[in-house]
Amino acid sequence: MPMVQKLPETGLISDEQPPFSEVLLTDLGLHAKLSTRHLNFYYGEHQALFDNNLDIAEHQVTAIIGPSGCGKSTHIRVYNRIYELYRDQRAEGVVLLDGRNILDPGYDVMELRRRVGMIFQKPTPFPMSVFDNVAYGLKLHYKLSRSEIADRVELALKKAALWDEIKDFLRRPGTSLSGGQQQRLCIARTIVVEPELLLMDEPCSAIDPIGTAKIEELINELKASYTIVIVTHNMQQAARVSDFTAFFFEGRIIEFGTTRQIFTTPRNKKTEAYITGRFG
Amino acid sequence: MKTRPPWGRKLLNLSVCLWAGISASLGLVALFWIITTVVIKGFRAFDFHFFTALPTPPGVPGGGVANAILGTAVLTALATLAAVPIGMLAGIFLGEFGQDAKIADFSRFAANVLMGMPSIIIGVFAYGLLVVPMGSFSGYAGAFALAVIMLPVVSRTTEDMVRLVPNTLRESALALGAPRWRVTLGIVFRAAKSGLLTGVLLAVARVSGETAPLLFIALNSPYWLTSLAKPTPNLTVTIFDYAMSPYADWQQKAWGASLLITLGILAVTVMTRWTLREKKS
Repeated sequence: MPMVQKLPETGLISDEQPPFSEVLLTDLGLHAKLSTRHLNFYYGEHQALFDNNLDIAEHQVTAIIGPSGCGKSTHIRVYNRIYELYRDQRAEGVVLLDGRNILDPGYDVMELRRRVGMIFQKPTPFPMSVFDNVAYGLKLHYKLSRSEIADRVELALKKAALWDEIKDFLRRPGTSLSGGQQQRLCIARTIVVEPELLLMDEPCSAIDPIGTAKIEELINELKASYTIVIVTHNMQQAARVSDFTAFFFEGRIIEFGTTRQIFTTPRNKKTEAYITGRFG
Repeated sequence: MKTRPPWGRKLLNLSVCLWAGISASLGLVALFWIITTVVIKGFRAFDFHFFTALPTPPGVPGGGVANAILGTAVLTALATLAAVPIGMLAGIFLGEFGQDAKIADFSRFAANVLMGMPSIIIGVFAYGLLVVPMGSFSGYAGAFALAVIMLPVVSRTTEDMVRLVPNTLRESALALGAPRWRVTLGIVFRAAKSGLLTGVLLAVARVSGETAPLLFIALNSPYWLTSLAKPTPNLTVTIFDYAMSPYADWQQKAWGASLLITLGILAVTVMTRWTLREKKS
């Protein structure tokens, strides 16, 4: 059992230099919406993340790339503490959302998950109508009248670029939509509660190319209102949609930089090998 | 390597197919034999009085089993009301919350043992627990015994159905900030709805034909059901009593009652198939 480090609230051990991601964001004049410091993650006895230090720039898209099993999904599953569903999973370190450590047991998980939405690999519409799918989160967090709910559902579906396609089928079950539509329904369902950070865990891996294009377009539009983190194993996608890229390998963050820099002049040999397709 | 000639393989294949086919048809023949016998002999007993009148002494025409039909319905309904909420909650605990808790393993094992327990033993249990202290055979004790039989069926099917719901669905609801209990009741239950209903219907089908525990708990009665604290008329014990009697008209009514129960269980089983089919489409 590794020794549990007690970190100060800032996540940095006294007079430690800030990680590269923080320095880079400061240089570019950007604010870090979320920062992880010395983040370790365990599945039972097995350690999956090692000392992750990463900063997510506000109103930017950060892509997390890396070969299968490198800890990409595990890393973002800490951001909304969804891993807590499983008793043997455990995170250590500090994850600061607007300066407050979300791993603090006193942090309100319900509120955290309202502020940090998540889109999963496979679309998972709830077993209810399209409308109720979107209204579900609203009813959890807000006391609203019927008409207010209807307005917000409509707005969310418009933002998710789905309204025009399904406005006449709001009473149909969510499962009756196509795969790409289902995924956009899940996006609408997530943004309706007005989160600040959107986590996308390979959101297009189960979607056909046309659906993928629509979702990528959507990510570009959503960037104005939300901070987005996207896990992807599709490097073209990372290059197309993201502003920053973090390359993960075997649970460690090997390299972080602007997407342009990572894809044109990677500093690390492993990053270069991965983005040129030599492994992964 | 030596290869066997193809005709040997084909012959083996054929004989295995043949035996499997014969065994399957034996089962089917037995089922149809029972059903046709019950239908032919039982249908003759069906008339207006059979469904509406009280039993009459042997030889007196016009008697029926209306009190027993009502009694069985009441006993089954009472048992269902008691067993379904408890069984479902137990199933939720096993499937949703206590997956790796020691107590979950233990209760799962206990449910399996209870499920395989001969119903007459559950009858003896209810007899000792309720009939002896209360000093009378009673419908309450009968319903209790039936509820105990239903309990493991409901909890196991609930657990199985809840486990079939993919974790990704739970995660997406939790990721929206839903508390765990709302995810279970609002999402998991809704996703497993038809499976849960099937479990309940199967449990109902299982106990509506139970005789052994009722024989010496609820007993039987030739009168209308007035109080569940007294011996309670029911169909299965009526079948037992009438079939054992030497009177032709009573035996005829036993066939009729058998057909009625068979039809009831058939209806419930068809309903479960129907609810499951609806889910697939």
